[in-house]
Amino acid sequence: MIAALGLLLGIVVGLLLQPDVPLGLEPYLPIAVVAALDAVFGALRAFLDGIFDDKVFVVSFISNVLIAALIVYLGDKLGVGGQLATGVIVVLGIRIFSNVAAIRRHLFHA
Amino acid sequence: MPEQQTGRERLRQALTRPVSRGQVTAAVLLAIVGFASVVQVQSQDRDANFAGARQQDLIQLLDSLNLASERAENEIADLEEARSSLRNDADSSNAALQEAREQAAALSILAGTVPAVGPGIVAEVRAPAGRVGIDQLLNGLEELRDAGAEAIEINNTVRVVAQTSLTDGEAGVVVDGQQLSPPYTIEAVGEPNTLAQALDFTGGFIDEVEGEAIGGQVRVEQREAVEISTVREPNEPEYAEPTEQE
Repeated sequence: MIAALGLLLGIVVGLLLQPDVPLGLEPYLPIAVVAALDAVFGALRAFLDGIFDDKVFVVSFISNVLIAALIVYLGDKLGVGGQLATGVIVVLGIRIFSNVAAIRRHLFHA
Repeated sequence: MPEQQTGRERLRQALTRPVSRGQVTAAVLLAIVGFASVVQVQSQDRDANFAGARQQDLIQLLDSLNLASERAENEIADLEEARSSLRNDADSSNAALQEAREQAAALSILAGTVPAVGPGIVAEVRAPAGRVGIDQLLNGLEELRDAGAEAIEINNTVRVVAQTSLTDGEAGVVVDGQQLSPPYTIEAVGEPNTLAQALDFTGGFIDEVEGEAIGGQVRVEQREAVEISTVREPNEPEYAEPTEQE
């Protein structure tokens, strides 16, 4: 309950404040968001599996975001930022899909 | 909590259960995710495409834009060239058209297919019946033509052109198949003085008509505007064809 409220609160605050993304963070924010989504879906799946642990969630969330941003940053430095960002998005997308599939099996038994 | 709980039951419990530490943690992280995604979506909406783009992408973009503008400039140059050549064409064809129109106007006056107006003379020939025939009239017309008459009309009924024929009829002369009876009125467009003098010299038209043999009378009037309203149907030449001229 509180978790859903938290999500809503974040969206509302973002809509109200409409902050500018700092220039240095601009290339990494989209990747970070996708990585965070991956962590969130992973956590939901773990919760439905009955093995949810908040510490694991926090650590996986932060490390996901940081590693995704780091990979893209490294790619930028190496001159292959665009390709690496695409790669990261693809991998995270695959993980999100498999997590969602597990959640679906739990919720709908299908 | 029993071990064989299903996912649905856990979710239902989570929605109804009072606050726990895990829930608060999840709430905080979800708030961050929500906030970040909204910010990203909005910044994407706000500054079109380029703010978040990488240097490489921007350079590529710039290159392709440069190429595109170069291509567009080439195209502009081509089109301008085409336009100027078309304009030249149009100018010369306009000039040709103008020339052709003038020529057509001149020719149609000569051929008598259009009414004409201009300075000229009106000669009224009165003579006893049968005295003035084609001999005299032909002389008069020839003299008028010599003097540069551009359009000639007799009695407001017949236009005199190159193909005009004159024959003697019973009650006067027959011009182009039309019976004319005296008095004859000859209208001619041209330089009035020259035309008047062309008729009036010793042994000329007036001299002959007013001579003792005929005893007629000619009155020549010079006018600023002589109106020649009779027209002829242009006849297509049946046998003659223009030869090609280099």
